[in-house]
Formats: sequence, C-alpha cells, structure tokens
Amino acid sequence: MQALYAQLLVGLINGSFYALLSLGLAVIFGMLNIINFAHGAVYMMGAFVAYFLLNLGGINYWWALLLAPIIVGIFGMILERTMLQWLTGLDHLYGLLLTFGIALIVQGVFQNYFGSSGLPYAIPDQLKGGMNLGFMFLPVYRGWVVVFSLVVCLATWFLIEKTQLGAYLRAATENPTLVRAFGINVPRMITLTYGLGVGLAALAGVLSAPINQVRPLMGADLIIVVFAVVVIGGMGSIMGSIITGFALGVIEGLTKYFYPEASNTVVFVLMVLVLLVKPTGLTGRAA
Amino acid sequence: MKQGFSALLLSMALGFVASGASAQDKTVKIGVLTDNSGLYSDLGGVGSTLAAQMAIEDSGLAAKGWKIDLISADHQNKPDIATTIARQWIDVDKVDIFMDVLNSGVALAVNNVVKEKNSILIDTGAATSDLTNAQCSPNTIHWVYDTYMLANSTGQALVKAGGDTWYFLTADYAFGAALERDTTAVVQKAGGKVLGSVKHPLNSSDFSSFLLQAQASKAKIVGLANAGGDTTNSIKQAAEFGIVAGGQKLAGLLLFITDVHSLGLNVAQGLNFTETFYWDLNDGTRAFAKRFSERMKNKAMPSMVQAGVYSGLIHYFKALEAMGGNPHDGAKAVEKMKSMPTDDQLFGQGSIRVDGRKIHPAYLFEVKKPSESKGPWDYYKLVGTVPADQAFRPLSESVCPLVKK
Repeated sequence: MQALYAQLLVGLINGSFYALLSLGLAVIFGMLNIINFAHGAVYMMGAFVAYFLLNLGGINYWWALLLAPIIVGIFGMILERTMLQWLTGLDHLYGLLLTFGIALIVQGVFQNYFGSSGLPYAIPDQLKGGMNLGFMFLPVYRGWVVVFSLVVCLATWFLIEKTQLGAYLRAATENPTLVRAFGINVPRMITLTYGLGVGLAALAGVLSAPINQVRPLMGADLIIVVFAVVVIGGMGSIMGSIITGFALGVIEGLTKYFYPEASNTVVFVLMVLVLLVKPTGLTGRAA
Repeated sequence: MKQGFSALLLSMALGFVASGASAQDKTVKIGVLTDNSGLYSDLGGVGSTLAAQMAIEDSGLAAKGWKIDLISADHQNKPDIATTIARQWIDVDKVDIFMDVLNSGVALAVNNVVKEKNSILIDTGAATSDLTNAQCSPNTIHWVYDTYMLANSTGQALVKAGGDTWYFLTADYAFGAALERDTTAVVQKAGGKVLGSVKHPLNSSDFSSFLLQAQASKAKIVGLANAGGDTTNSIKQAAEFGIVAGGQKLAGLLLFITDVHSLGLNVAQGLNFTETFYWDLNDGTRAFAKRFSERMKNKAMPSMVQAGVYSGLIHYFKALEAMGGNPHDGAKAVEKMKSMPTDDQLFGQGSIRVDGRKIHPAYLFEVKKPSESKGPWDYYKLVGTVPADQAFRPLSESVCPLVKK
C-alpha cells in the first residue's frame, strides 16, 4: 500500500511536466489554430539554454527559470513572424508539417553538436536532499516541480480565462476583424501568444534539466505523449489539458507499478478509448 | 630500377591473368551499421565510422593495390530496418563485412541475414552473449565484450565485496534480458540472491517509479541491466532518490566512457564496472585515442565499441592479405581470421575462438572523484584485470553448435 502512495506521488510529478507542456500546446492551438509539433524541440532548447547560462555565463538555476523561457520565447516569436504567420487561414496540416520540420532541424542541429548522451546539469543547492514521508523518500526538487508547475498552470489559466487581456485574445481568435476594429493589434497579440506557449515549454525544459540529462532528443521522446494528453483533454481546452496532464501522469505511474512494460503505451490506449467514446476529448468543445 | 620495372610488369600480368579468379580480387566493401541518431549514437555512430576509416588508412592496403570502400547507415535501433538495410547492402551494394551493429535485438536479426547470405559480421556494439552461444554462426565474430563477461567480472566482484542480494532495473528487450539472465546466474552461483527485477521500456526518461521499487526491495545491489541514455538517467535519478545514500549500491553493469562523460564525475564517481578498452590504458591506446579524438567532433575519446571497429577491421585486413585477395566468401574469411592470433595496439594480443568469441583481458574500473581527475576524459581508475582466459564463457559451458564436444 505504501508503495502505491509513492507511485501516485511520482505520477503526479511526471504529470506536472505533461501539464506544463500540454498547456502550452493548448494555448497555441486555441489561439493560433496551429498544431505545434516544434513543442518538444523548444522544451529541449529550454534545458539547453539553462545549461549554457550556467556553464558559459555562470547564471544559476533561479535566473534560468526566468531567462530561458524569455530567450526561447523570443526564438518562438521570430519563428511565428517569419514562418507561421503565413499559414493563417490554411488547413491545420500545414502548420503541423511546418512545425514538425522545424523540430527535426532544431533537434538535428543540437544532436550534431552535442551528441546523444546529453550534458549534466546539477540540482541547485537550495533544493538538494530529500525528506522521508514514511511511505517514500521524496527528493525536495521533485516536490518543488509539482508546486511550481501547479502555480504556473493556474496563473496561465487565470491570465487567459479571467483577465481582460485574455478576453481580447479569445475574442481575437473568434473574430479578428472585429477586434482589430477596436484598435487592437491582433498580429502582435498572436505573436506574443505563440511566444507564451513556447516559453511555457522552455520553462518545463529548465525544470527537467536537473532530473534528466540535457539531451537533444529529450523533447522528441516526450512530445508524442504530450500530444496524446492534449487530444484526450480536448484540443485547445486550457483547463482540460492541465487536469489531463496531471491525471495521465498518475495513471502512467500506476502502470509502472502494476505492469511496467506497458508504461510507454498506456497513454495511447487511453487516447483510443476516450476518442471512441468522445471524439472531441474529455473537455473539448464540438467544432 | 630495371628489376623494379620488370617486377611491376610481371605483377600487372599476373593481376590480369588472375582478375577472373576471386581469390585475387582486391576490392573490399565495408558497411558500418550503427545507431547514428538514437540513444546509443555517441558510443557507436559516427565515431564507429571514423574508427573504420582510420583502420582502412592504417592498414596500408591501398598502397598495395587494394580498393576499399566504406559505407554506413543508421539502423535506428530497429531490427526490421536493420535487416532491410543488411539485405540491400549484401544483394545490391555487395558489402563484404558488417561492423559495429550495436543493439542486441538488431545484432541478432542481422546475424541471421549474414549467415543466410554468407557475409561477415564483426559485432563490436551488441552485448548479448547469445551471439556466440545459442545463436553462434560461422559468419559472426563477437569482438569487444558480452553480457556473460560483464556479469562474470562486475557481478562476481560485487558479490565478493558483500553485495549478496540484488534487484535489477532491466531494459525490456533482448539485451536487458540477456544481461539480467547472465548476471543472475553469476550472483546465484556465488551464493547471492536476486530479490526481484523490473523491466522498463527502452529509451525511458523517467526512472523514479522503477527506482522506488528497487529501493523498497531493500536489496544491497541495484543492478542496472540497461545501457546508454537509460543508464545515465537511472544513475542520475538514483542519486536524487537517495538510493546510494540509503545504503544500497548501484551496479552499472554496462557503462561506456561516453556515459561517464555525459554524467560528469560529480554524479558518476565511485561507480564500478567493466570495460575491455580504455583510452588511457597504455601507450598504444593513448596514441590511437589521440589521433581519434583529434578527428572527432567535440574531441571525444573512443568508446570500446568504436575501438573494437578499428581492431576488428585491422585483423580482417590481415586475414585478407594472408589469403592474397578477397574470396567474397564470409565463412571462409572468418575461418581464416579464427586461425590467426589477433594483435593490435588497442586490445593487445588475443585470439578468436571457434564459437566466434574474440578473447582478450577485461578490466574492472572505478570512476575517479572530481579531485582525482587531471583533465578532460581522465575518468577511470584501474581496479583489477580479469585475464583473457577467464573473462568470457568457457567453451565447456557453451551450447554453440560449432563447438565440438
């Protein structure tokens, strides 16, 4: 029984990565209508930027949490301005193919320079060690990841669903012409939104750097699972992707306990089941 | 001068006469089939192709009129892709010999194709000891290491040091299963006990669930029957979950220098494991490694897999020279290689047994503390040497059909 609690908690920790990543995807899909396959690549870039900041600039983890998402976010905005914006109004497939190509190029370049085994990034001193919870040894860093991602997820949800800026954003995706008539610069808002989504992925990358090796393929390994999370949660639904992210982390954790061999596939089995019953995903709106 | 000219004429005439006979054919095509993009690409990959290129250059065969071509491909760690490439290489590209072929699942699949088509496989990357045991073949030589050897040296050393209860984290494919099986046998033979194991999917990024199960087992040794990125992530996360601090010992059963480099000494220090090649072992290995690293991106030192590609090809070239030409007959060339003692600057003197097992010493290493390391890639302390005749599975225990009893 104790082991089960431990697995639940570990699942929640992984779930926070899924939630952060799928949240960014949902924001981008919801606002830009782009299926952002470059999400795994920008997640990886977040981790690499944290590594460079530390090793080339002596800038520590805490600053990396702020700076890496901004740097990668700017990269994202450049992408949006130079390439993605030309796809407005076209079929989803074009965005998917373009971002998939971008991901392959970015990953290829990183792999060419840094190999596949990855680079070390240590846990910051303040978050080292762990505590005995009775049923498990919880590394402080993992606890921090859960709390921090929850806060970021909720803040993002609040920003989009409850603030005026969020209202403009949502309105701009529904009817850009009307919103523009109110004197709001819609293209700039779209660019900033893509930057925000990409920044969220980069933030997840920084969070994961001390746990996993900083590897060029770290995003490629994760992105398919995250897409399954978004599909199950309902494309474009902010809260749906947060909740599904955490929930699927927990389900995956339980699978690792009861039948580890299936842990890589359980998410997809669930995806099939959910799509059979409810093709729009758990919280998705019908198109 | 005149003598030289007539000798040249004579050899040209002979060459002309013999060009129809395959034994005098001096063309060779080498295929490096490896992981160029996945989790094992640092320990094989482009480094293996470079090692093959260096072997071709060092052999001096080009100056003697040989024409040697080199091609390489990425098998993506998928047996089906690997066998498709292998068939095409043999049928269309006329490849004579396959090098590297890391990943046990891939190696076993290619092993079958090579045997069926009478080509040659010198495997330097795959670990499964089945390649020279149950699935041995007259066309295959297993060059660098195998799961039996790893179990035999690392496993035995740890049980002797008091690690008598084990729990395995095992990569869920042919290699992990073979390594767990062979290590279990060694542990049990030495009086130890295996308390359990958990099989994880290949290329996992999160090991916390599996590590918690290992922790709960209270086994003295947590054996990592995985490789590459899986091993580095397991080791890193084991440190995070306090496995070692809690009194359990971590056994990286298969660790490469590229893994240690990737982990950094802070995390990797104190790990014990076995390799058959280390760049800083002696003058010969250092000289090769220096030349290799100068031509590598990131100035990486060679792994034992890459060193094996060089060493294996050097021996193959010697055999071809001794035969006076390329017979394009895999089994015949392998037989010649088995009949000759091996000797090169990387692995020293050794031999190839009838079952295809290349024999040389194995070395037990410990990873240095950061304070002990004098510079980049200075990572290992030599703890012990297992002599060549004791490192690998004895022929008396072999079930290979090539071994006559």
